[in-house]
Amino acid sequence: MNQTTDKALNVRGATKTYGTQTGGVHALKDVDLTVRQGEFISIVGPSGCGKTTLLWSIAGLHKLTSGAIALGDEFITGPHPSIGMMFQEANLLPWRSIRKNIELPFEIRHRRPDAARIDSLLNRVGLGGFGDRMPRELSGGMQQRASIVRALASDPTVLLMDEPFGALDAFTRDEMNKLVEEIWLESRKTVILITHSIAEAVFLADKVYIMSARPGQISRVIDVPFPRPRSLDLMETREFFDLVNLIKHDIQHQPKVPNAARGAA
Amino acid sequence: MSQSNNNAGLASPTGLASGLGGQGMREVVAIIAVAFIVIGGGEFLLRAFDVPQFILPTPSAIGAVFASSEMATIGQHYGYTLVELFAGYAIGASVGLVLAAVITQFPFVEKVITPYILLLVTTPMLALVPLLILNFGFGYAPRIIAVALASGPMVMINAATGFRRVDTMKIALARSCGASTLQIFTKIRVPMAMPMVIVGLMIGAIFGMITAVGAEMSGGGFGLGSRLTTYSSTLRMPEFFACILILAVTGITIYAFFFWLGKKLAGWES
Ligand SMILES: Nc1ncnc2c1ncn2[C@@H]1O[C@H](COP(=O)(O)OP(=O)(O)OP(=O)(O)O)[C@@H](O)[C@H]1O
Ligand SMILES: [Mg+2]
Repeated sequence: MNQTTDKALNVRGATKTYGTQTGGVHALKDVDLTVRQGEFISIVGPSGCGKTTLLWSIAGLHKLTSGAIALGDEFITGPHPSIGMMFQEANLLPWRSIRKNIELPFEIRHRRPDAARIDSLLNRVGLGGFGDRMPRELSGGMQQRASIVRALASDPTVLLMDEPFGALDAFTRDEMNKLVEEIWLESRKTVILITHSIAEAVFLADKVYIMSARPGQISRVIDVPFPRPRSLDLMETREFFDLVNLIKHDIQHQPKVPNAARGAA
Repeated sequence: MSQSNNNAGLASPTGLASGLGGQGMREVVAIIAVAFIVIGGGEFLLRAFDVPQFILPTPSAIGAVFASSEMATIGQHYGYTLVELFAGYAIGASVGLVLAAVITQFPFVEKVITPYILLLVTTPMLALVPLLILNFGFGYAPRIIAVALASGPMVMINAATGFRRVDTMKIALARSCGASTLQIFTKIRVPMAMPMVIVGLMIGAIFGMITAVGAEMSGGGFGLGSRLTTYSSTLRMPEFFACILILAVTGITIYAFFFWLGKKLAGWES
């Protein structure tokens, strides 16, 4: 991998222990991860295995106990302008209109919002004309689309998503998955998606990383071979079904010492 | 329910117009009709039973005060009351707001200070007025201090409740965009606290008014409270009730102002 021209995301030996009153919680242990520029990966694993901890470390929202994270040749030591983040449940500020929400990252960085880009993104996600509405006037799916626009408006290289569609109903979720794939094909961001839906993970990603718990480690990496663009019909196929079941089985029967399969792909 | 109707009305001009034309108009008519019945009925009953004016004056007698020469005096003293209220409230509310914003950022400090704030909230400041007069004389000072002491803790304790509302995800969002501590404060914490801040400001203002008038009744010889004492001791009940009416309207105005401010600054929280 050529790291000087390529803005690959590299995680090396990421270890994180939370200090609590009852002792330390080993949330991450020696996690290695490389995401090529423009690659879409998903991370799945049992609840509490450290997915959010890993993502927050990449976002620079908290410090690792040991290990390092780099974007291209730049080490991540705090929030980075080239890394955008999407949260669970849209996370819009209820006192700001949709447009004001989208402009928040610009405001914080004292930059002029790119109105033309914001408008075209709003139109792209089907929210043209909704810019002046308040978040509560929009449905959950529409709010989540607005938060996609917020994450993309400043044109980050990397997009981090932590269970972005967990609160949506199945139909809306499928719709959002289709939209995310389309937008990804158009923009080729580096994307890390955390999800509890294995179908969603497989449908969207080039690679699915499976994590195991206590301590949080990558136990297996699975390549997703389906060609793009993918249609929602893919989810009905035998091959898709088999791959989802393989991953599900893997999570349910995680080995006690999950080092063996690390970096298999 | 009505809240969301109002909001829908504000979002579209046609909704607002139809709101005023339909239900809004009916409400205004009902309010005027009820007021008319209460005032007219009071007038009628007081006259019919020939109630002496020093027990309860008729609405028309109270109304007449506003056209009398006494009104100049009442107006002047009302001015003194407003000065005390504004000055004391400006001090109390700003100290209360700043304290609330600062101490909620330091849970340890908050724990240590809260009992004293509660003490200030629950102590009737009126009880301290004689002591304040003893120390500061009969001028504005003891009254302004009493108003500040009455309104400040009310503002502080409510605002602190607002500032304590931390939403980890919203703060994480701001931080992921590179926000500084100050930006997190101004762009996340302040708007989140705003609904409770406004409640605190309103309660503080009303407590401040009550305290101003009460302090004036304890001595000093000026202000609407001292007029109340004078009028009641000389059995000038129409004037007495005119003053009460002025205070009531002031209280309602304070309430209405903060209600409006709340709609404007914290209308997002229904
Ligand atoms: N701030 C914290 N302080 C102490 N322990 C924490 C903290 N945050 C997370 N943990 C612990 O670290 C472990 C990993 O948590 P994390 O939130 O990363 O898991 P997750 O994989 O995202 O789980 P989920 O799928 O439920 O969101 C858990 O055992 C959790 O209890
Ligand atoms: Mg999580």
